[in-house]
Amino acid sequence: MAEPGLGTLGTIAFGIAIIAAAVGGAAVLTWFERRLLGIWQDRHGPNRLGPFGVLQVVADMLKLLTKHDWVPPFADRAVFVFAPTAIVVAMLLGFAVVPFGPDLYVLDLNIGLLFFLGMTSLAVYSVLLGGLASNNKYALLGGLRSAAQMVSYEVFMGLSLMGVVMLAGSFSLRDIVEAQRELWFCIPQFLGLLTFTVAGIAESHRLPFDLPEAEHELTAGFHTEYGGMKFAMFMLGEYLGLILISAMIVTLFFGGWLGPWLPPVVWFGLKVFALICFFILLRAAIPRPRYDQLMTLGWKVMLPLTLLNLMATGALALWWRA
Amino acid sequence: MLGAAQQREALTGTPALIADLGDAVLHHQRCADGVPTLWVERQRLPQVLRQLRDRFPMLLDLFGIDERLREHKPEAAADFTVVYHLLGLERCEECRIKVAVNPPDAVPSVRDIWPNADWYEREAWDMYGLEFSGHPNLRRILMPPTWEGHPLRKDHPARATEMEPFSLDEHKQAREQEALRFRPEEWGMQRATEDTEYMFLNLGPNHPSVHGVFRIALQLDGEVIVDAVPDIGYHHRGAEKMGERQSWHSFIPYTDRIDYLGGVMNNLPYVMAVETLAGIEVPARAQVIRIMLAELFRISSHLVFYGTFAQDVGQMSPVFYMFADRERLFGIVEAITGGRMHPAWFRIGGVAQDLPTGWERLVREFIDGMPARLDHYQKMAMNNGILKRRTVGIGAYSQQEAVDWGITGPALRATGVDFDLRRDRPYGGYDQFDFEVPLGHRGDCYDRAAVRVEEMRQSLRIIRQCLDNMPAGPYKSDHRLATPPPKERTLLDIETLIHHFLNVSWGPVIPAGEASFAVEATKGINNYHLVSDGGCNSYRTRIRTPSFPALQQIPLISRGLMIPDLIAIIASIDFVMADVDR
Repeated sequence: MAEPGLGTLGTIAFGIAIIAAAVGGAAVLTWFERRLLGIWQDRHGPNRLGPFGVLQVVADMLKLLTKHDWVPPFADRAVFVFAPTAIVVAMLLGFAVVPFGPDLYVLDLNIGLLFFLGMTSLAVYSVLLGGLASNNKYALLGGLRSAAQMVSYEVFMGLSLMGVVMLAGSFSLRDIVEAQRELWFCIPQFLGLLTFTVAGIAESHRLPFDLPEAEHELTAGFHTEYGGMKFAMFMLGEYLGLILISAMIVTLFFGGWLGPWLPPVVWFGLKVFALICFFILLRAAIPRPRYDQLMTLGWKVMLPLTLLNLMATGALALWWRA
Repeated sequence: MLGAAQQREALTGTPALIADLGDAVLHHQRCADGVPTLWVERQRLPQVLRQLRDRFPMLLDLFGIDERLREHKPEAAADFTVVYHLLGLERCEECRIKVAVNPPDAVPSVRDIWPNADWYEREAWDMYGLEFSGHPNLRRILMPPTWEGHPLRKDHPARATEMEPFSLDEHKQAREQEALRFRPEEWGMQRATEDTEYMFLNLGPNHPSVHGVFRIALQLDGEVIVDAVPDIGYHHRGAEKMGERQSWHSFIPYTDRIDYLGGVMNNLPYVMAVETLAGIEVPARAQVIRIMLAELFRISSHLVFYGTFAQDVGQMSPVFYMFADRERLFGIVEAITGGRMHPAWFRIGGVAQDLPTGWERLVREFIDGMPARLDHYQKMAMNNGILKRRTVGIGAYSQQEAVDWGITGPALRATGVDFDLRRDRPYGGYDQFDFEVPLGHRGDCYDRAAVRVEEMRQSLRIIRQCLDNMPAGPYKSDHRLATPPPKERTLLDIETLIHHFLNVSWGPVIPAGEASFAVEATKGINNYHLVSDGGCNSYRTRIRTPSFPALQQIPLISRGLMIPDLIAIIASIDFVMADVDR
């Protein structure tokens, strides 16, 4: 597996480091997002604890850890407890195939891209099961929305990446990055970037696509009944998803670790950071479409665009080779 | 003052009105406000109202009065009275029809003439135990379903100290909770059809988007709303009952808390109704100060609406900008009145204090900066494509429906009905101002918002005119009933001293009579109907609020839509629960 990479022990160590970094990053992101939103919204955000308020993360964790670990008596207990862990596990597994640098990765699967798609699909079960197991009407509606949203958006999420695969000629994420030495895929695959970004936000349930949660409509949707650490797991999953999607977009469209002067991993980190800021800005700016409008957008706009992209890329690739 | 009242009677053509109705009219009661007030026979009420409906198409208000302890009773009165307050939009004329009733006699229901009579009749039953024959669902609306007695009856205690101490044991809690369970059968709803099983969802009373404690029981097919039953009363504090206990003066702070976003806008109809009863003329400076403050609060209330409207359709940021603006506004309000949300600053006969030195600079800074910010918000929120798709064509009603259901204010003007009390029946000095009345045409969520946004600009215009033309002179009338009385001469002669002493300790004695005063408040027409029995406090205080009929109409406009649409509708109505439940 990891022949040119870090060696077995190194891979294990790196895997653990990645988990720690991702979870830590997600935690800091909860604070960072609030500060950034605060700046954009003419207010401060959490700025009291520690330098720039960053210790707010610790305070929040302590609070969540010490909260009553409650399972509603009417819920399906086993599934209720399992649901929030699924999203965290699936998202963390997704990080395994991300190449952080030329030799910095846990797995270089020859089907790395498919593995990533598989993991994000698994994360959906978490929302579905959480909504179903809560045995609460709002949670049920949230779960329903989530199911419908995922069915619609999974379809073109995978398809939107096929153009990239055609250009790179490989499913391996390392090969895809290497193939971008001449030109980042964000230019020839602009439509692919657009559709994948939309699908990616939908996967991570962030504001324009947070319909399963939609606090203004469904109180808290699928996690209405969740509190304490189980709620924190959902939040962790969401933020991990945000980082993972950003990392994926960077890898697939913005040349991954490629860049002059700075070390590769720094380039990778900077690009991911910029994308995360972009996603936070999206959240600050855009209202939430209605659920049927979201479906319409998925099936009638995004899917045709993706297919168009696929056909055009295929035709051009064939023409090029001929 | 009697001159003004007679003028208005002549304008409405009261004698002709009486002649039209013929012998159904038992008595013509003269009121201090000059609104024709006709007592009609109970049995012939539906016929009379049907006849009047063409000329007065809106049922503005319907309420009861317990006449049993009233000394200055109108001659046609029995134990209880039901009052129908009608409004003609075209000529901006009003008319009150009164019916005397001695329970257990029932008053014919007028639900089939005006659909909004439904809730008003339920309220009158809830408060007075008055029966309305033909009403299918005469049940508690403001009080809890388990309440005993009818609280606005004069024999019902008004204070907790007059009742048994409250305790909530397990048994009682279980019973109260069971009473709140929604039973679809009681509302004529099916639980399932042959191929669908409906879901019944309690939206509220605790829900992030219902703007207070408001509950809607939804009958859902998937996410599509088949039917809805709004349930109110969770914010009921008995403001009308308190009006009967407080002195005329000390009730003013309670009015601030009716539409708690409207601040002094609530004081206005109350003090003007009292002034009508007492015959007080308010000096010009006080009038302009009142208008300026009222319009500042209109902007403040609309800003909250604007922000929460955007927020409820899922846009996160606008509310923060608008609350920052509101904070700037509260800075001005605080400098002028000393209070912020609830200044209780208007007084019978004027306002509490003169404007502070330097108020011009504060106000000018605000109105100079605001238009640019409104432009910015327009781009951010109202021009946003997703927001438009969420609100255009959603929750629309026609002009006819709006009038039938007693919808007033921006929500009425969003349908294109060109009616604004400030322009059509200028009160308190509005005739001196130059402003436009913004209109919509679709009557949907988007237009309701757009009208309010434009109203803010017009309010800025009015405030600028106040700023540029603030008259000099006293800020309170020197009428003997103005409260608290001007103090300048109290230490100089015994007459004024005694007068001051009595007016401050007991409060003023307002002459017996009846008057109502309607203003174009932030959310629509806010009307206070006051009955004085010649005492230090009101005999009956009726508060007609714009939010109450708006909520009643929700089922009509939300059937067949989805939950997110309902949230957009609720956001676009711009109500506060205190304004509904009082």
